[in-house]
Amino acid sequence: MSGNSEVSEKYLNLYRENIDKISSISAPYINSFRSSAFERFSKLGIPSKKDEAYKYTNLNIFFDHDYRSYFLPVASDFIKAEEFRCDVADLDAHGIVLLNGFYPTINDKLRQLPSGVWIGSINEAALRFPDLIEKHYGKYADSDTDGLVHLNTAMASDGVFVYVPKGVRFNKPVQIVNLVQSEEDMFNQHRNLIIVEKDAEFSIIICDHALSPKKFLTNAVTEVYVGESAHFDLVRVQNEHNAACKVTHTFIHQEKNSITSSINMTLHGGLIRNSTYHFLGGENAETNSCGLYLTDKWQHVDNFVNVDHAFPNCTSNQLFKGVLDDMSTGAFNGRILVRPDAQKTLAYQKNNNILLTDDAKMDTKPQLEIHADDVKCSHGATVGQLDGDALFYLQSRGIDKHEAKLMLMFGFAHEVIQNIKVEPLRERMDNLVMQRLRGELSRCASCVVKCG
Amino acid sequence: MLDINNLKVSIAGKSILKGVSLHVKPGEIHAIMGPNGSGKSTLASVLTGREFAEVTEGTVTYMGNNLLEMSPEDRAKEGIFLGFQYPIEIPGVSMVNFMKTAVNEKRKHHGLDPLSASDFLKMMREKKELVEIDSKLANRSVNEGFSGGEKKKNEIFQMAMLEPKLAILDETDSGLDIDALRIVANGVNKLKKADNSFIVITHYQRLLDHIIPDVVHVLYDGRIVKTAGKELALELEAKGYDWIKKEVENNVIA
Repeated sequence: MSGNSEVSEKYLNLYRENIDKISSISAPYINSFRSSAFERFSKLGIPSKKDEAYKYTNLNIFFDHDYRSYFLPVASDFIKAEEFRCDVADLDAHGIVLLNGFYPTINDKLRQLPSGVWIGSINEAALRFPDLIEKHYGKYADSDTDGLVHLNTAMASDGVFVYVPKGVRFNKPVQIVNLVQSEEDMFNQHRNLIIVEKDAEFSIIICDHALSPKKFLTNAVTEVYVGESAHFDLVRVQNEHNAACKVTHTFIHQEKNSITSSINMTLHGGLIRNSTYHFLGGENAETNSCGLYLTDKWQHVDNFVNVDHAFPNCTSNQLFKGVLDDMSTGAFNGRILVRPDAQKTLAYQKNNNILLTDDAKMDTKPQLEIHADDVKCSHGATVGQLDGDALFYLQSRGIDKHEAKLMLMFGFAHEVIQNIKVEPLRERMDNLVMQRLRGELSRCASCVVKCG
Repeated sequence: MLDINNLKVSIAGKSILKGVSLHVKPGEIHAIMGPNGSGKSTLASVLTGREFAEVTEGTVTYMGNNLLEMSPEDRAKEGIFLGFQYPIEIPGVSMVNFMKTAVNEKRKHHGLDPLSASDFLKMMREKKELVEIDSKLANRSVNEGFSGGEKKKNEIFQMAMLEPKLAILDETDSGLDIDALRIVANGVNKLKKADNSFIVITHYQRLLDHIIPDVVHVLYDGRIVKTAGKELALELEAKGYDWIKKEVENNVIA
């Protein structure tokens, strides 16, 4: 085993002890992946800092801990989840709430929206739409290096399913609210599958919230299929607390002429690792991968991006920015792979960071592997302080130094936020980021956790 | 309004201003001219509170207060404005937000309520017209992607918004074509009132064709070596700075 063997053993045992229980509530097709995924997890283990892709992130802080595991949903737990209301004003979205990785047991497990769009439980979808599931489930999430992807496949049994049929331009976004709530420290995993067929358009917002002040560990996998000429936008808003760890793996598979964007907004969390894999699997595909992270105290945020240019004439843009305060740390690892046939590739990457203290630390690593000769690729990374000239410029107009610093940080962050296409969400993010920079807690008003 | 007495300033141990005295009364326009490296921009920096310059001697009194003890933002709120030689680009900060914050901070300082959104936008519109700035510029991030001329016009627009008592324009004319120069000069002339003053720092006389100064000073080697009326600017234009340099050297010898 290449990972951390002692810690990994805990999770191997967890599987052995619970696999019957997990399988009993899961669809057969989802179960059919478990034993081989377990094999691969056994080989790879929980990643350690010796793994190149996790060089700057110490997962042990959260993985080496005894959690209650949430394998069987309990109906009474969902009462609180049902009461949860997102407070983003004017956000007109179809909402889905997941509690501890499970779709609520109370209402219909699958809902049909206008134009033949389906949203609901992935486990239910595996029973009702076997053709769709068999075509897409487990087809995009794969990793030769990250055991956590396989740990999810081995043990996750529910999550969100979205199906947008061919040609459907679905203007109203779907919002998934991931809630974790427990009276004990808790480990949970969920698995999402989003299918956006040819010529369709779809936008999804995933919000992560922790509802109780316990230690939480979430390991989530999302697979996205974006068909030919389809458009897909994903915004992820991570706003938990310092005792919550979120590890996400998002695999976006694109066919030709498709356009996607992925924006990770990390406002709060103890340890956050987002791995985003973009596969440009057809000519003229385009992807925009962005991220913003604001950290303080002991928080750690790690964004790992992998863009795979497999066909000619595709474009990718990466823009990741961070403001790091106190003794918080961050990492960015942006890989661009241009395969031999992917001529006329345009691939850009930018990672800019502001460190507000001497103790904050940022590791940034571009990784370009270019096997075609007619390409344009660029990358740039900066780690620094606020621009003194800009600060004086604002002060010279009568703006107090403290306020001027906030304006500069806000402007820095806004460059990422402006990529959010859903206007009420964009405004809300501007607002949340401003509150966060002012040191006011940015949790949504409906959050019950009074975490300081 | 402004009294500078025997001001001596050094930067990184090097003496830049070597005893400057200057007195500006309400309603006056002073031009400060001089060759490169004479200390013109350093003087502007000291007056607006840029920290890199160290005042070693002398006093600066503004409206009866010790200016050197005030923070840059307080100087601005008390009515000092600097038109930057090289305006700064600030991506992500909109002009509207920037000006709204600046105007309202100043109002707060003077015990006034913040402007309502509609009053503020009305004010923006009026000032844009006054200084003939393209209204699209105000919808963008501060100076981001602006041409050199647009940046300078934007300085004049900000000056119009903030209505300073004492405006210091640091080589606002440099890099401007004749049309932009005219717009900048017209902006200044329209904002000119009986009780506000300007210090126009410039290298060339041509700006002074449009902005008529009451007093012209020549700053050379850290000292004001000549002070006269507007005709001095014309003389400098015709003869260059060499004769001044010679005069100074002769005086030193004498």
